[in-house]
Amino acid sequence: MSQTVVQQPSPAAGPVERSKPSLWNAMTSRPEVGAFVAAVAIYIFFWFVAPPFRHPESLSTVLYASSQIGIVAVAVGLLMIGGEFDLSAGVAYIACGLTASMLSYQLSVNMWVGALVALVLALFIGFVNGYLVVKTGIPSFLVTLGTFFILQGMNLGVTKKLTGSVATQNVSDIDGFQSLKSIFASSFDVGGVTVRITVVYWLVFVAVATWVMLRTRIGNWILASGGNAASARAVGVPVARVKIGLFMFVGVMAWFYGMHRLFSFNTIQAGEGVGQEFLYIIAVVVGGTLLTGGYGSAIGGAIGAFIFGMTTQCIVYAGWDPNWFKAFLGVMLLLAVAVNLYVRKLATTRK
Amino acid sequence: MTQTASHDSIPTSKAGDTLIEMEGVGKFYGAIRALSGINLRVSAGEVTCVLGDNGAGKSTLIKIMSGLHSYSEGSMRVDGEQTHFGSPREALNHGIATVYQDLAVVALMEVWRNFFLGSELKSGRYPFAPLKVNEMREIADTELRKMGIAVKDINQPIGTLSGGQRQCVAIARAVYFGARVLILDEPTAALGVKQSGVVLKYTAAARDAGLGVVFITHNPHHAFMVGDHFIILKLGQRVLDKKRSEVTLEELTTEMAGGDELAELSHELKRR
Repeated sequence: MSQTVVQQPSPAAGPVERSKPSLWNAMTSRPEVGAFVAAVAIYIFFWFVAPPFRHPESLSTVLYASSQIGIVAVAVGLLMIGGEFDLSAGVAYIACGLTASMLSYQLSVNMWVGALVALVLALFIGFVNGYLVVKTGIPSFLVTLGTFFILQGMNLGVTKKLTGSVATQNVSDIDGFQSLKSIFASSFDVGGVTVRITVVYWLVFVAVATWVMLRTRIGNWILASGGNAASARAVGVPVARVKIGLFMFVGVMAWFYGMHRLFSFNTIQAGEGVGQEFLYIIAVVVGGTLLTGGYGSAIGGAIGAFIFGMTTQCIVYAGWDPNWFKAFLGVMLLLAVAVNLYVRKLATTRK
Repeated sequence: MTQTASHDSIPTSKAGDTLIEMEGVGKFYGAIRALSGINLRVSAGEVTCVLGDNGAGKSTLIKIMSGLHSYSEGSMRVDGEQTHFGSPREALNHGIATVYQDLAVVALMEVWRNFFLGSELKSGRYPFAPLKVNEMREIADTELRKMGIAVKDINQPIGTLSGGQRQCVAIARAVYFGARVLILDEPTAALGVKQSGVVLKYTAAARDAGLGVVFITHNPHHAFMVGDHFIILKLGQRVLDKKRSEVTLEELTTEMAGGDELAELSHELKRR
């Protein structure tokens, strides 16, 4: 090989053989395909073994259970695609509910003020998480484990101090409660079936997040920040701002779910929320998102949440001992990860 | 968008124009002298090869040109103007693009997303403006074809391409976004013989398109195939600086292998 090879290669290098991606390739290259197959299988399985599941009302209950995980899982999913973890998301929503409830009750201010202050708190928690991760370079697993413990302790400590117990007072007579309840915790009828409003929000959030990931620059930047941060930085992607933004988005979604809890139960238990953070991560991973970041989808997380909601409810419908639920969850997690690994291998080796 | 916008402000260059000129450039890291007395000229349509062993100061030199570090002494002129870059973005705005061996691409993202990463085309200025997906796919495909790279499917993850092809996509991207100086950091180091050939071909293609190329390598054979000018660094010093017409491959190889030191070593190790 010498100087002779270096003529400008002709533009038409070979015939135009750019194949239209086949449907099979297009399907297997989506992160959520493994989870989708699993969801269909589990659905069919419970259709047969749990007769009450066949009622439309049951589906509505399943969807409600799914949305309770799914709303926060949307944000946790994008964060994980961006290459980071958030273990504080579970206690953060309790912190938001407590803040809104106790602030309005103790200071006798309109519920809306409490809700907005809680939103500011949520953004602040997200910002602190993100800022610490970006500036110190400590893995987000550790940083958010720290905020998890801090919030867990503060939730209990502050609530005990202010109310004398571990639950907040009933706030249902405070001004603004009803209007907020109709936003965050109402339900409506579809053909005789009661549908909780969180189901609608959940689907909307998933749709918007999917669009953002696939069709906007920010989606591109999230994928790149998680896939190869150094590379992304070298071509001008503001990786630090992307990551801080994602942590703050988790904060917002945690706030949203915290508001749902508050306005649907009128009171918040300060010790709750612990353990939820893993359910979000499980839903997202079952949905095909890589634990190491750089690959995944919002729809995947939604399917993961649906599998979760379906299983929790259907174990009851099938008349099984619900104590077995966690064991089932563990098996499902391992299966999902194995299927995803296999599917991704198929997707990335096609030429 | 910023890159395409600044596209017009980058002056166009003719073959032979001097783009970067370094005189007596040196760099200290604290008390440690990493580089000293470097004279180097990058001209449009020419390949300047910088050779050297590990620790010779090659990466320091690149980092100065690409804006990651500043220099401590001497002068660097870009388009005749004395310049100190504060960030890689500043260097990019002067049309100086660097393709790093290990930082070239994000493996699990599609080829076209990688091509436009950091400079996406949007149909509006607001943050969530939709991307012009089809346009970007078309442009990426056309540009890659221009460089003679035919990928089967512009939507496949770039990780499915070979190492050489990935480097080529990164080069094509730099050329498309208005680079006039292309700094290639050991582009063939991790590649097999055939893959290296592919990368060398596109290096030459970039040169023929009128870019000034800085080719960093420790392989004198690869350097000699494409280089117009050769500089060998050793412990931060320039030990050889010759035009193509003044040097032979043997000379480069010997000098790279250690020259006199190697002769001494072979004498020492000689079996009795």
